[in-house]
Amino acid sequence: MSGALQDWKSQKKPFAAVATAPVFWLGLFFIAPMTIVWLYSFGQNAGPADIDISGTLDNYKRATEWLYLSIFLKSFAVAALTTLICLIIGFPVAMAITFAAPKWRPWLLLGIMLPFWTNLLIRTYALMALMGSNGYMNKGLGGLWDGASWLRTLVGMQPLEAWTPVQLLYNNFAVVLGLVYVHLPFMVLPLYSALDRLDKSLIEASLDLGAGHFKTFMKIVVPLAAPGIFAGVMITLVPALGAYLTPDLMGGTDSQMIANVIERQFKRANDWPFGAALSFLLIYAMFILIALQSMRANKVKEAG
Amino acid sequence: MFNRTAIAPLEYTRKLWMRSWVGLTMLFLYAPLVVLMIFSFNDSKRNVVWKGFTLKYYEKALNNDSLVEAMVNSLTIAFLATIISLVIGALAAVMLWRFRFPFKGLVEGTMSLPIIVPEICLGVAFLIFFAKLDWPTDLAWPLNLSAITIAHITFCFPFVAMVVRARLASFNREEEEAAKDLGATEWQAFRDVLLPHIKPSLVAGALLAFTLSLDDFVITFFTSGPDTITFPVKVYSMVRFSVTPEVNAASTILIILTVALTFIALKYQGVKGIAETH
Repeated sequence: MSGALQDWKSQKKPFAAVATAPVFWLGLFFIAPMTIVWLYSFGQNAGPADIDISGTLDNYKRATEWLYLSIFLKSFAVAALTTLICLIIGFPVAMAITFAAPKWRPWLLLGIMLPFWTNLLIRTYALMALMGSNGYMNKGLGGLWDGASWLRTLVGMQPLEAWTPVQLLYNNFAVVLGLVYVHLPFMVLPLYSALDRLDKSLIEASLDLGAGHFKTFMKIVVPLAAPGIFAGVMITLVPALGAYLTPDLMGGTDSQMIANVIERQFKRANDWPFGAALSFLLIYAMFILIALQSMRANKVKEAG
Repeated sequence: MFNRTAIAPLEYTRKLWMRSWVGLTMLFLYAPLVVLMIFSFNDSKRNVVWKGFTLKYYEKALNNDSLVEAMVNSLTIAFLATIISLVIGALAAVMLWRFRFPFKGLVEGTMSLPIIVPEICLGVAFLIFFAKLDWPTDLAWPLNLSAITIAHITFCFPFVAMVVRARLASFNREEEEAAKDLGATEWQAFRDVLLPHIKPSLVAGALLAFTLSLDDFVITFFTSGPDTITFPVKVYSMVRFSVTPEVNAASTILIILTVALTFIALKYQGVKGIAETH
């Protein structure tokens, strides 16, 4: 690269021209709002529309009560399960795109990305329509049930009872399915970019030397694609942990995630300081996840 | 696709199980959307049985004033947010790429935060911020959209900055120096040398910002006043109360709009360019 970075002092005018707007915007419309939330998290309600920032830690203490702690743990479990399912579904898809004929590759990528560009609410709604009690998923299951029933009569057994539509929506299963549906593209793209960089002759060498496809996959492909796997896991886990819309629309009364609890503090429960404390706990959780990921990345760099 | 040569060891994509896996995944991703689009033309209130072709739900959706208003609001916000994010994001990218300045790491880190911080936390922050400022909610259109637009710019411009900065990495600074040696001013060098180089990334960034803004529900939900609705907020309330074919029709219009935008970008950048944006 020609030309190192220029010192801002030697170029004060151009620096001011480019730096003013972004720094101003970031300060006024990001740092200021976040700071107010942070301050509120140490406050308490003093009157209907008045919050007294008294430096109390009560909001954080309340957040460690089992009721809220369990919702945190549950959100984490749901996000982790979603990520795992996305990884299992996404890895073969990313491999298929990597090893596809060059003329197909961009179209397969586009196929994965197009839903990602489509409105999240519309996608959630479309999935809900399919999963409703007289939606196609129930019809499909009903068809399978009738088929099973018919098979039983063939071998001389009593037919099964008539199919009653099952409740697919408004439970934890629906939340996980909805989250997988929404986040799958997030997982496939980083996996693909890692696999694409992988030196294919290593796989060939492994196969030539007598390792089977499965062994080659576990010993060569997975370790070499590790950075992509970790990136994909992070990029799926972080938004899934803070998901609001999917648990709100597709979940039942017991499938609330942490974002729904935060929302309630600001709307129905009207306890802004507690909601502020919960949002900062969620932000800290993200920071810990990201710090873990970058520590791992640094270790790999040092070792390599 | 169906050539008869033997499958080479690395042609995983030609293996049947791999093809079915990809096929099923695509089915999973697209079936709900396709069903939704098909049934927006269905002449029946119930969503499951095909009763014949009709456009009446489109007519209904387009005659639903609050739905149309929400759509216009959403497009206006997306348009304004895209333009301002583009300017701020490009400036931020040039700043980080070109200069050494105190607390650079801090500025860079802070700028990536709006991407990382969960939507719900950002939404809550804007709710408190605008309440604290007593931001007026009863202004005339389009000023009543200002709070939402500001919030959208905050989470859109870091994405633009990221895309533009990636493109700047391939810029040859000697070109700019040559322009200056030949007598171009700082501004002329920027306009005639640097700007043409980053143009593709500006298109990609604009597209990304537009989609992000149009897509956003959570932050808008917290920032919008009682009388301003955007398309996702409107659809949300319609889905909450009842599922009507009108929502299908309106959604289909938006899906078609998104696909059209993607294909315009495709023409501009090629499939590969779009793929690299993410």
